[in-house]
Amino acid sequence: MTTEAQAASIRTQIVVKAPLERAFRVFVEDFDRIKPREHNLLGADIAETVFEPRAGGHIYDRGVDGSECRWARVLAYEPPGRLVFSWDISPRWQLETDPERASKVEVRFVAETPESTRVELEHRNLDRHGDDWEGLREGVASPDGWPLYLQRYADQL
Amino acid sequence: MVAYQADGFTALGDPTRRAIFERVATRPQAVGELARDLPVSRPAVSQHLKVLKDAGLVLDRRAGNRRIYHLNPEGLAALRDQLDRFWSQALATYKEVVEQDPQEGT
Repeated sequence: MTTEAQAASIRTQIVVKAPLERAFRVFVEDFDRIKPREHNLLGADIAETVFEPRAGGHIYDRGVDGSECRWARVLAYEPPGRLVFSWDISPRWQLETDPERASKVEVRFVAETPESTRVELEHRNLDRHGDDWEGLREGVASPDGWPLYLQRYADQL
Repeated sequence: MVAYQADGFTALGDPTRRAIFERVATRPQAVGELARDLPVSRPAVSQHLKVLKDAGLVLDRRAGNRRIYHLNPEGLAALRDQLDRFWSQALATYKEVVEQDPQEGT
């Protein structure tokens, strides 16, 4: 059994052959190529994903039909060392409009050598999505069927 | 047409699958019961259930000649795994992108 803290975050890292500043820049500028394209909240295919390079900006998908989905808020933009953005996507794969129910992604860039950089990614506060489910427990018959899922899950533990 | 993807988030991205999943979450049931309640054919329901099963969200068990679908209690962990996969995949692509482009110096 994992602890709650472990269950509520995901950590992954990778070392790339690129200097620190370039590693940071490519992550942001080429995020469109990096994000797995099949994950899509839009009704249309994604034309591009844009990472606005500033705190207060967004990460958004733009559909081929011109529709947009702003699924992340850039919370910290600190080149070349650190990025933090929100994950405004509910477990039902819909846009989460309540920031209290969003999780967070932090990406840290650390120079290992002048020519290589370690990129550490942590997706944390996943339990906030869980709070969402918990809070809606009583709405068993509500159209938000997903919260029930957590209830069933909890019941079976 | 149903794509076979063992990915919880993607599996729940389809409204019909979500509807099926939510019904299975309410109580364990068979394909026939699900098809009665939804405007989709029985084979379509079966296909959707297969995707949900591949994604680790539901499990099935035999009851006589029927197959009863129920919620996978490990499904929440499965969803976490999907995010883990999402980011592992993103970082792997990132590594390719950052290492393939010509070095520009800093």
